[in-house]
Parts: sequence; C-alpha cells; structure tokens
Amino acid sequence: MSATPVLDAEPFRDADLKKGSRFWLSPWHLVLLPIALVMVLPLLWMVVTSLQTLNETRHYPPTLLPNSLEWNNYRAVLQEAPFARWFLNTLIVTVVVVIGNLLFCSLAGYAFARIKFFGREVAFVLILATLMVPFQVIIIPEFLIVRRLGMIDSLGALILPNLAGAFGIFLLRQFFRTLPIELEEAARIDGCSRLGVLFKIVLPLSGPALATLAVITFMWTWNDFLWPLITIYNPDHMTLQLGLATFQGAHSSTTNLLMAANVLSLLPILVLFFVAQRYFIRGIATSGLKG
Amino acid sequence: MPGLTFDHVTKVFAGDTVAVDNFSLSVKDGEFMILVGPSGCGKTTALRMVAGLERITSGTISIGDRVINDVSPRDRDIAMVFQNYALYPHMTVYKNLAFGLKQRRVPKDEIAIRVKGVTSMLGLDDLLGRRPAQLSGGQRQRVAMGRALVRQPAAFLLDEPLSNLDAKLRVQVRGDLKRLHQRLDITTVYVTHDQVEAMTLGDRVAVMSGGVLQQLGPPQDVYDLPVNLFVAGFIGSPPMNLLRATSRDGVATAGDLSLLIPGLADGEVVVGLRPEHLRIAEGDQPAMEFHVEVVEPLGDGVIVHGSVAGQLVTAPSGTQAVLSPLPGERAELTAKFEPTVRPTPGERLRLGVDPAKAHVFDARTGDAIARTG
Repeated sequence: MSATPVLDAEPFRDADLKKGSRFWLSPWHLVLLPIALVMVLPLLWMVVTSLQTLNETRHYPPTLLPNSLEWNNYRAVLQEAPFARWFLNTLIVTVVVVIGNLLFCSLAGYAFARIKFFGREVAFVLILATLMVPFQVIIIPEFLIVRRLGMIDSLGALILPNLAGAFGIFLLRQFFRTLPIELEEAARIDGCSRLGVLFKIVLPLSGPALATLAVITFMWTWNDFLWPLITIYNPDHMTLQLGLATFQGAHSSTTNLLMAANVLSLLPILVLFFVAQRYFIRGIATSGLKG
Repeated sequence: MPGLTFDHVTKVFAGDTVAVDNFSLSVKDGEFMILVGPSGCGKTTALRMVAGLERITSGTISIGDRVINDVSPRDRDIAMVFQNYALYPHMTVYKNLAFGLKQRRVPKDEIAIRVKGVTSMLGLDDLLGRRPAQLSGGQRQRVAMGRALVRQPAAFLLDEPLSNLDAKLRVQVRGDLKRLHQRLDITTVYVTHDQVEAMTLGDRVAVMSGGVLQQLGPPQDVYDLPVNLFVAGFIGSPPMNLLRATSRDGVATAGDLSLLIPGLADGEVVVGLRPEHLRIAEGDQPAMEFHVEVVEPLGDGVIVHGSVAGQLVTAPSGTQAVLSPLPGERAELTAKFEPTVRPTPGERLRLGVDPAKAHVFDARTGDAIARTG
C-alpha cells in the first residue's frame, strides 16, 4: 500500500478549534481573568465617560457608574463634526483596499506559489524585504509619487498605494503552496486556464487565508492615521481617525464628547473583531499545517 | 478513437536528472497499455508528459496524427485519474463530474444526461449531493473514474489509481476496471508498480527501469520470456531466483546444479528459475539440495524459502553491465509448491529443475541468451 495520502476535503474544521473549550472554568481562567479585566477597563471607562455629563467627568475620584445616561452626547458629536461623512470615507477606502488586496495579492501570491518564471525567487525575496523597510522611510517618496499622480487630498491617495501589499502576497503564497497540486493539475486537464484554476479551485479552498487577509487589511486601513494626516487636508475627505484627531484638538476640554466620538469610531472594528476573530485564530493555526 | 505514440521521448529535469530516456512506444487505438516499473523508473513522468503536466525535453508525443508537445493540457482531449483522486473538495459529486464539461461549455441538459450515464454505470446515483469528504475511499475512486469517463476523452490516463484502496477493494475495482475497458474500448495508459495489476489488466505491458523501456509485450510473453535480468527479477511474484553459473560445453553449473542447455556458449551466465517451476526432484532430473528455512502456506499453494549451494545475483536496473553476486557460499532460494507438499523447516529436499523452463542470461550484459535448443 502506497503511503500517498488521499486528498482529504475540507481540511479546516471549526470543531477542531472548539475541542476542549467546553470546560467553563479551568485554573487558567484565574490567571486570565485579572488580565482580561485590566484590558477591558479602559474600554469600559471610555464607554461610561461618553455617557456622562461634563460635570461627572470632572468628578474626583472618577466614577465608573454614571448617574444618568447622556445619549445627547452622541447627538452633539454628530452635529458638531461631519462624522457621517468621515465614516463613509473610511468605509469606501477600507472596502476598496480590502477588495484590492484580496484580488491583487491572490494573483501575485499564486504566481509566486505555482508559476515557474525567471527570477521568481529573487523577486519574491525582494518583495519580502520591503516588509523590513519602515513606513517612515518611504513616506516622502510615496508622497511625491501620489502628488505627481494628482491625488493629494483625495480618497485616491489613501486607496491606490495600499491596493496590494507584501504581507498579503506572502500570506497567500504560503497558503496556496499547502494546497495539493493535483487539484490544480486535474482542473487544468479538465479545461481550466491558469486564471480559471485560481478562481475556481484555489480561491474557493482558501477561505481561511482570504478571511485572515481581509480582516487584517481592514484593521490596518481603518486605523491608519499617519498617511491620511499627510495627504488629506479637506475635512470632507478625512477618514475617521484623522477626523477624530482634529475633533480632539477642538474638544480637549469636553471629555465626554471626545469619548463618544471615540466609541463611534471604534464600534465597527469591535464588531468586526467579534464576527471574524475565529479567522485570526484559524489563519494562524492552519498556516503551519499540512494534511 | 486514435492511438497514442511516444517517439524518442526524453525528459531531463533540472539538475540533469534523466527521468525518461529515449522512450518510444505506440499505444494502439483502444488498447489497455500498462507502464510498470519500480518507483523512480520514469513511468509517472511519461504519463504526465502525455497529460501536458511536464514539458517534453526532446522527442514527440502524438495522439492520432496530432503532435501534442506544445498543446496545453486542456486541449489535448485526455482525462486523467490521479493516485490520490484529486477530487475538488469544495464541490459535490455532481459538480465534480460536471466540472470538465462545464469548462468546455457543454449545454446544461447534455451535461445532466452524460453525468447521469456515468453515475448509473458506476453506481454513484445516490451520492450526487455529497462532498468528497463524505465518501469512502472506494466511492472517491469511482468518482475520480467517473470524472474522467464523463469527458469521453481520446485517451484515458491512470496513475496508480488502486494504490490507495485496501486489498479486497483493490481486487474488486481491478475487475471493474477491466470490465469497463472491455465495454468502452478507450485507449488507456495505466501506470502501476504493482505487477499483479500489470499482469491482469493490460493488453500489453511496458516494463520500465531507469527511464528506459526494458520490454514491451503481452503480459504472458513478458512473464514467459523476460528479455533481461531486470524484467526477470521484476515480473513475477515471488520473484525469479537468479543464480550465478558457469557455462562450459553446453552445461551451466550453479552450485550443485548442472543444467544441460544445448548451444550455450562458454562463459559466465546467470540462471533464472521461477519459484513455481521448481519441483521435488524425480528420477534423473537435474536437481539441487535445498535446505528449507521458512514455509508459508497460502491455501492454493505453499511458498518455501530456503537456501541452496551457489551464489545469488541481484537484478540490476536496466541492462547494467556489472553484476554483483551476493556474498556467501549458499544462495537464498524461493520455491512454490502444490498445497499438498508440506516441508518442515530444517528439512532437506532435492529440488528438480526443468531445463526447458530455466532462463539463462549473459552475466556481463544482463540480456537473455537466445536458446537454440
């Protein structure tokens, strides 16, 4: 009997991750609970402060229980600054960048994983090496390029330079290489082109890696501050993080409004993390596995 | 349906590894051709070149009159069954079967008809909605077969399709395969290292070693008349016993065995004796003393391992010139008897040899020596 393993379908099962999580209390929880508390406290404080009156926020010692729930803080924030506009800008930039990364990193990652071409290894190492270049080093050249393209102070400046990244290419290449190559060979004999193989066979089997890349790219883009700060001046073109910073400058004394603004900007990320956290775990847990 | 031709095909991998060396073979229309050999002999590479998964270094492969060297895999009109089946894990059985047809823009209702035809032939009708992960090994194997059949290709390539099945299922599927081929008459190239599959399935067998075609012919011919030491040692189970011998005046002497072989030139030779041709000696038959060591009853026969005086020879790969006899005064020997014969370990038997059934090889070249008598 040959030892070649039969290709097992669906190599990733949620059940594998859930195994062992049925115990509701283990000694580890005694260690983890205080740490979790320390982590959650600032977040909680932020939410509480956002619901307090200005006087309550100045109370010493600070109170963690508000006397009343001042939902008006949120209304005030939304009136004083174009939060809806900023939210929409951020959403546009983030969604386009995520889609761009999924598409372009898939294409590049697949080429590096499976297509033999001259200089493949060298090109891949060069791309990997760019991961080691700090962003601060390339800010000025990147700014000059974007200005030459006439994109300064537009959402294009935030989108175009981030449509593909070395990290995504690396992540997907590594994942694609773990897929059994016979599947792709079978598909090519069945009549697929290279692109057909990528879109009909490889990508449908790469859910966990794609989800991981999408979530990470989403977080990076949503939270990006430095690059928007440099390229965007018009308040109507600002993203949430940048807008929040300008709002902070103008409302440094009204802590409750500031915290309400913070909560608003943080909400989407929190939701995303709760929805997609298993993909973080899967992405990390499966990248070293090969059935 | 057209045949398939290898014309002086060579494949050299990076690093100068010659996987297939000047390989020529013509598979006739509708023929079941077996490529058999030990692992690393180039048989799978030869198959993958037909599929278009490996580039051909030199020579040509044609299907019918059409040279396919530079044709992409999808335009070659071939179908392949992989050793590990390579079913698409994210598709149901139906979609796996329909995928190739869909890629070729076959109309939907025709796809349904053709898939139906294949599934009822292979008994897959109840599994259409399942994913590959929900199938047993045998079912997966049948889906893989179905995926190839549904395309109605010009040639059918199978790469060790039975090696992932358990022994019982393998025998059953082997029979199914043969029946299927008799019914459909598709030109088939079947790669295996299992010589039982090679013997039972093929119209003809191509024995390969070291990238070189060693012998080509119907299975029985290859078994009866191996052209060299490699084929002699590879085809047959248990394998042929190969003893070093000296030939003088038409008599080959190996240990205490002397075989009269008319017309045999003087020199070093190797005598090959199939285990099933050895008998307990009767009368004045040439014989040798056999020390029984291990007895393996099989039910329909009994395999006996032991030793005789003389020197054993290992089968080289290909037509390697240098033969190294294994050290020792005594040579291990295997014999296969009728089930009624039950020797006990430690017993000494006189083993008779029918000179007409002994094979003789040139010890220098490894080639079979033509028998004049």
